[in-house]
Amino acid sequence: MARVQFQPRQTGWMDPAVEFRKGTWNYAAVPDTLKYLDLPNPRRWSPPDEDWHLPDNWQEIIYEGLRDRLKKYRSLQIFMDICVRCGACADKCHYFIGSGDPKNMPVLRAELLRSVYRENFTAFGKVLGKIGGGRKLSRQLIKEWFFYFFQCTECRRCSVFCPYGIDTAEITMMGRELLNSLGVSIEWVNTPLANCYRTGNHLGIQPHGFADSIQFAVDELEEITGVRVNTPINRKGAEVLFVAPSADYFASPHYYTLLGYLLLFHATGIDYTWSSYASEGGNFGLFHSSEMMKRLNSKIYMEAKRLGVKFIIGGECGHMWRVLHQYMDTMNGPADFLEVPVSPITGTRFENARSTKMIHISEFTSDLIYHSKLRLDPSRNDHWRTTYHDSCNPARAMGLLEEPRYIIKNVCRNFVEMPENTIREQTFCCGSGSGLGTDENMEMRLRGGLPRANAVKYVKEHNDVNILLCMCAIDKATLPPLLQYWVPDVEVGGVHEMVGNALILDGEPVRKTDLRGTPYPEVVEVGKEGAHA
Amino acid sequence: MGVMFSLLAVIVMIILASAGAGLIGWQYLFAVVLPYLAMATFLIGVAYRVVKWARSAVPFRIPTTCGQQKSHSWIKNNPLESPHNVWGVLGRMAMEVLFFRSLFRNTRVKVTEGPRVLYSPDKWLWAMGLAFHWSFLIIFLRHFKYFAEPVPAWVTMLQELDGFFQVGLPIILATNIVIVVSVTFLLVRRLVDPKLRYISLPADYFPLFLLLGIVLSGILMRYFTKTDLVGIKALGTGLLSFNPVVPEGVSLVFFVHLFLVSVLLAYFPFSKLMHFAGVFMSPTRNLANNNRIRRHVNPWNYPVKVHTYEEYEDEFRELMKTAGLPVEKEQ
Repeated sequence: MARVQFQPRQTGWMDPAVEFRKGTWNYAAVPDTLKYLDLPNPRRWSPPDEDWHLPDNWQEIIYEGLRDRLKKYRSLQIFMDICVRCGACADKCHYFIGSGDPKNMPVLRAELLRSVYRENFTAFGKVLGKIGGGRKLSRQLIKEWFFYFFQCTECRRCSVFCPYGIDTAEITMMGRELLNSLGVSIEWVNTPLANCYRTGNHLGIQPHGFADSIQFAVDELEEITGVRVNTPINRKGAEVLFVAPSADYFASPHYYTLLGYLLLFHATGIDYTWSSYASEGGNFGLFHSSEMMKRLNSKIYMEAKRLGVKFIIGGECGHMWRVLHQYMDTMNGPADFLEVPVSPITGTRFENARSTKMIHISEFTSDLIYHSKLRLDPSRNDHWRTTYHDSCNPARAMGLLEEPRYIIKNVCRNFVEMPENTIREQTFCCGSGSGLGTDENMEMRLRGGLPRANAVKYVKEHNDVNILLCMCAIDKATLPPLLQYWVPDVEVGGVHEMVGNALILDGEPVRKTDLRGTPYPEVVEVGKEGAHA
Repeated sequence: MGVMFSLLAVIVMIILASAGAGLIGWQYLFAVVLPYLAMATFLIGVAYRVVKWARSAVPFRIPTTCGQQKSHSWIKNNPLESPHNVWGVLGRMAMEVLFFRSLFRNTRVKVTEGPRVLYSPDKWLWAMGLAFHWSFLIIFLRHFKYFAEPVPAWVTMLQELDGFFQVGLPIILATNIVIVVSVTFLLVRRLVDPKLRYISLPADYFPLFLLLGIVLSGILMRYFTKTDLVGIKALGTGLLSFNPVVPEGVSLVFFVHLFLVSVLLAYFPFSKLMHFAGVFMSPTRNLANNNRIRRHVNPWNYPVKVHTYEEYEDEFRELMKTAGLPVEKEQ
């Protein structure tokens, strides 16, 4: 895997050919989840199979679906028509950098769809066929679509470099929607979808399980800090509804971020509530279809209305923020039953969330720090030498770049940036976004994560960095194995984990460990002396 | 294959024009009929394409932000890379259209042993792309002198500026050199870089050969052969006033030049060259990043099947009660 060749094959790309080598593709969606969500063509199948059991009129479905989407999305219509194949996007994709597979160049990923569009929807393509850049729609081509549209994490890095802003994520989304209409999708998108739909979160944890996990965190926090925090769930009349990605209360290292949120809310005394019904911020619908995204996202506003809160705060999650920032208000707004968010502690009115009434927790926290409303002891993070990974979606869909940095610099004394071309809007994906973070896909994950890992390696070697902070649940889930492979000994953590470590609470005894339970050096010393005596 | 096909197509066109206007003597066809047809195709085609794009909906506000959002008053936002209002969008688009801002960011990646991933700035495509488009624009504007009498002052000025360096006689215009160099660069780049050659289609080579043909035939006329400028101007003004006359004794090179320009015009609306109009309509660039500030309406928004709280509670009520969570209904 260490050798990557950028020399494409001598033969052209026009003949569809895919090799389903183990480690490079994801398991197929199982019939039960498709049925639960009323999705078409539920059946047992597997990508390496010869016959995928497509519906009989599969070609019609694709043509009709494409025609429909060209009318519904100017983005798609424009992106199909104006690419000049200048190649500026080619080496910007983490999958291309890590695999050298020419069809992972964003331009060719788009050509997968564009060639079919050209052949059937443009004058030149109809007349000239292959010379005009058109390709016949074949079963083989559908396999190629599946392979490569599920080798795109919708991170949008290519769009930053394209002179026309052509966004491959948009094309991948359309490609996946078309595939879905044939019942061709992956397990790790569809099962979480069904779970989110039914129970509110992607792991399918039922309300009592959710309450248990939060309770467990409260107990553990009491052990670490000596302070017992209050965690209301489904409480009507609270001022704020808090929504976090569900991984935060079940997975590690997400869990430490959760502890951070809980301490922050305790320290500020904010009147808030969790919801078991809207217990997932991460929206797997984004990886499936616009309709699915809307179906899942609706829960947040419906729940805010039911509970009668004034506004909503959201936790650290990448795709969650792409949806909340760019789609929620349009899909499920207007949120006229809510109020423009005003921080109850600083009085700051969040004009930038005037319409959606939902703010990002890093906006909330940075405002608190700026107004000196938090007592912080950054030395409690001295054992961490930190760097920050801009999670793709908050960076490229929102422009949320400075708020997390401001927080980190105030709660940690050691912070360095990774190299210039790998941060902020040029940030590299973790390699596993958009539902591709499954173990059967491990080879592609490690390849796709190479650029990110390599930048981390740089600051590890030059600055002894030992933790990579980020603001996305998928990052927190998939970066640890990535770093273990490419840059051992660098941990992954959340921004609010660092906040939680640094926060001085009223009446707390001296903290002996950080939120991970790692003892502080002084404490160890004291312990030793105690032993001697 | 794409290269040879495209080169051959342009050569055939040159032969067609030479034979048609020269040997056979269909000068009226090549000087009047085809340019009119080409112009009509261009105008109608471009309008059709733009209207078609405009009729396609923009359901969601999806700008790619390349800088800090507008949030706290004390955090400096980037109004050009992450615009939050119309002025910012205009600025962003101007930077994009006039100076190719996004291409300026271009980097080249190299993966060496280790593996180590290295990035270096790569401004060649930006520089040559910009050089080509600007010189094309200036040359296009300079040609007004063949269509207007008296020649407008700004055209004369432009020409004087272009010939600022005063090399040789007739004065060599800077743009003529720049455009040859830049188009050649863009062509050679496609042929030399294996990635580029892999993604290139005939539709990528053809316009480059066509442009080279146009530019070289123009240069040939200006510097190397004698051309009846008065006659050409008579044709130009005649075409523009819909009163065309084919002048006598205009050189064959001129007919080739004019025919290739006609082909370019007619080819334009069917091809990727439409990027000149499309760049203004790209939703990732021409929308403000004010998604949470203001509501954006999707014209085809439709109700979807949702899982309501009531259905949820009905399924989990007993479990919620045992966990001490409040419920709406006791039964």
